[in-house]
Amino acid sequence: MVDAFEQAHKAAERVARESYGRLLAFLVVRTRDVAGAEDALADAFAAALRTWPVRGVPDKPDAWLLTAARHRQTDAARRRQTQEVSEEHLRIMAEEIEHASNTADEIPDRRLALMFACAHPAIEAGMRAPLILQTILGLTADEIAAAFLIPSATMGQRLVRAKTRIRQAGIPLRVPDRDDLPARLDAVLEAIYAAYSKAWGEIGDGSSALAGEAIWLARLVVSLLPEEPEAKGVLALMLYTEARRAARRDSAGTFVPLDEQDVGLWDERQLQTAEALLHDANVYGPSGRYQLEAAIQSAHMARRVSGRDTRRAILTLYDHLLALTGSPVAALNRAVALGAVEGPVAALDRMGALASDKRMVGYQPYWAVRGHLLAQAGRHTEAYEALTVAIGLSTDEAVKRYLAGKREALGALE
Amino acid sequence: MRYMMLIHHDEEALANASRQQLWAEYAAFNEALAKAGAGFAAGERLESSVAATTVRVRDGSSQVLDGPYADTKEQFAGYFMIDVPDLDEAITWARRCPSAKYGAIEIRPFTPEGRWSSAWAKQGPNRS
Repeated sequence: MVDAFEQAHKAAERVARESYGRLLAFLVVRTRDVAGAEDALADAFAAALRTWPVRGVPDKPDAWLLTAARHRQTDAARRRQTQEVSEEHLRIMAEEIEHASNTADEIPDRRLALMFACAHPAIEAGMRAPLILQTILGLTADEIAAAFLIPSATMGQRLVRAKTRIRQAGIPLRVPDRDDLPARLDAVLEAIYAAYSKAWGEIGDGSSALAGEAIWLARLVVSLLPEEPEAKGVLALMLYTEARRAARRDSAGTFVPLDEQDVGLWDERQLQTAEALLHDANVYGPSGRYQLEAAIQSAHMARRVSGRDTRRAILTLYDHLLALTGSPVAALNRAVALGAVEGPVAALDRMGALASDKRMVGYQPYWAVRGHLLAQAGRHTEAYEALTVAIGLSTDEAVKRYLAGKREALGALE
Repeated sequence: MRYMMLIHHDEEALANASRQQLWAEYAAFNEALAKAGAGFAAGERLESSVAATTVRVRDGSSQVLDGPYADTKEQFAGYFMIDVPDLDEAITWARRCPSAKYGAIEIRPFTPEGRWSSAWAKQGPNRS
């Protein structure tokens, strides 16, 4: 009995991990009722844990869960007795589920449709990534709240509101038409990359799990939309970054900049995958933001690995990126690239234009870069001030320690 | 899904627009709405918010104010109705509306009738 229970439990867990998003997406696509489908699926998992130990794990656990969930969904719809779900609609749903559980080994994959609904421009921008993580990966509101540094209760409420919105506003559950695809795909990729950046910015096991999930989602998008170069671009960008995870802190936990990292600690397999993806992406033509950023990473790492001087190439890539996005962050990074080619004085000149941008006042990298360039230029007093501001704006202890080390070194240079 | 499309005009921007062009655009837009079938309807035009009067009843006494309900740059100016499968189609109709250039189109789904009756059943008409 204990064995049967454990076996059933393990089977349910495996299905949950592998199929949660696929099952949920299939259930949601017809009704648009995300919360209702989540409840139905949770009930189905509970029923599985009761039934499977007694009757054994079914041959097709996915199909079993889907049937159970669909029955609950249908019951709930009948209870509501609304005209939103007509009898006709219920009949179609029932037939569809019959079909899916009887004939196909593969339940139709609607995850991409669900992802596009979650990343729809009509959903609050900050909730797109959390919503994707919850619906596709089945993360709890608590787990997502921890990753996005938002109180659990607030995250829970905002997730509920976002799900209600999908149904009430009539947000479609489908991959958009060619015309709308580029803009909508941007939102999907942005949500995935936001989740990844969040995970990268923080340390600890939870953050690396979130990073892994973001990469998993990007792989899914690439496999479902193989001809979209930016999807490959964002996956490559994340893999380039992820490959350096082990090298970005020293044994004392202090931040190590790319130029000083031990190349031997980089993950060779991830790097190769990233290179291949970027190569594929570039075949499809016009370079987007993520392709450019991935190409910059590639050039940086090539410089460290092969010793080839890629500084000019990096500067050119930043020119393109800046022209494309016009973002002050790209302008700042371009200044750094310029510094690597023409020296700190040229870079500081270029940064003068950024000084009047109000967004830079509280932007930690701006002050860190400024401090670094001023130190190189021998303007130690100003460098001290800029590094102090950068330390004050840092939230990461490892970065604080690194910057404090740089600031101390200034004194030694006097 | 049925949506009401609420047109809000920036009256200043509208004043600077070419009337003739706007009317021509609206004639075409209304024609498209009429052709789109059942569930689609062009609304009537409203006078500008200068002509608005706002009424509230509080504790049995009524307050009547000259002017619109909210003193904002963009003012409610009219509406039209559509019946489409989803929000993306509604957004496409909003983009087609000539007024989108001079203000904003707010897309509001109608509450499905079934939801009204179940809300009544739960709450009861006398329990408010």
